[in-house]
Amino acid sequence: MTEKNQALETMTAQAQAAETLKRVRRRRSIALAGALALFALTFYVLTIVKMGPALFDRGL
Amino acid sequence: MTYIDDSKGMPALAGEARVEDYLALLKPRVMSLVVFTALVGMLVAPGGINPVIGLIAIVCIAIGGGASGALNMWYDADIDAIMSRTQNRPIPAGRISSGEALTFGLVLSGFSVALLGLATNWVAGGLLAFTIFFYAVIYTIWLKRSTPQNIVIGGAAGAFPTMIGWAAVTGTISLESLALFLIVFLWTPPHFWALALYKQGDYAAAGIPMMPNVAGEASTKRQIFVYTVILAVSAFVPVYLGTGGWIYGAVAAITGAGFVYLAVRLLLAPTNVDMRKAARRLFTYSLSYLFVLFLGLLTDSFIARLGGFWS
Repeated sequence: MTEKNQALETMTAQAQAAETLKRVRRRRSIALAGALALFALTFYVLTIVKMGPALFDRGL
Repeated sequence: MTYIDDSKGMPALAGEARVEDYLALLKPRVMSLVVFTALVGMLVAPGGINPVIGLIAIVCIAIGGGASGALNMWYDADIDAIMSRTQNRPIPAGRISSGEALTFGLVLSGFSVALLGLATNWVAGGLLAFTIFFYAVIYTIWLKRSTPQNIVIGGAAGAFPTMIGWAAVTGTISLESLALFLIVFLWTPPHFWALALYKQGDYAAAGIPMMPNVAGEASTKRQIFVYTVILAVSAFVPVYLGTGGWIYGAVAAITGAGFVYLAVRLLLAPTNVDMRKAARRLFTYSLSYLFVLFLGLLTDSFIARLGGFWS
């Protein structure tokens, strides 16, 4: 019975550790995706700003 | 979980690093000083900058400064593991491997320099690249472990952001921006030596030749005093060059006098306990000194611009 309990506790601890690892990895992936999206957005905004008001001063 | 060994012999847990660990690699506290001094350089520079481009420039300078911090932590992981102040950093604590920190630092360096160059001009981009190189290679790899003058010369790395901010607006390096550089450069030795005076046990254990360990406390206190006097006088250079007006002049006089007073108290501290207390006070004061001094400069610049706006 005790051995069974110990095995169960070990399994629970392993499952919790795996879950924590998964959560950490997920947060890291989201942060990386956010950083890349922000970088792309920065380039887009920078391009628009660099073009200036002339962007709107053109024939349609 | 897999244990991996990296090139510097630091064990690390693969896949365990949190987002906060990567942020810690960027040394956020140092980054805040870099952002502030760069912002001052940018705001007091003659001419203007598009606010969006200015914001991008500040972010680039902050990330570039953070990247050099990551490179510093990559190289210093072995001594960080010895000092109590740095033991819990991501690499010595085993949360991030040295290789990951190196890649992180190099990638951020490249992106920040390229983006700053494209957003503003290549003088600013080049200065940021040189700053990262200076901090990571000249200071961290070369000077830090070889000479007690490490932070005197290495202090230049912390002083460059004002020039980068200035260059982002003007595209040049001028006497005025060199004067701002000089203030931060001269501020660094008294600031760090005051810290080293009451944390010298840590530095000695790690084998870093800080001034108190090599030249002794008496010599360090004398040098702090000399640098503080030179700093207090040099703080008036922006007034002479016209970057600062009477408000900045008054702030420089009052804060400079306070700095010199605390340096004298440290110099004359009779006992070891008094010395440590005085060193701690000087260190805390030095932090607010730079902030208040540059705030004075910003105020003058703001008033001057407002005057130009109304006339």
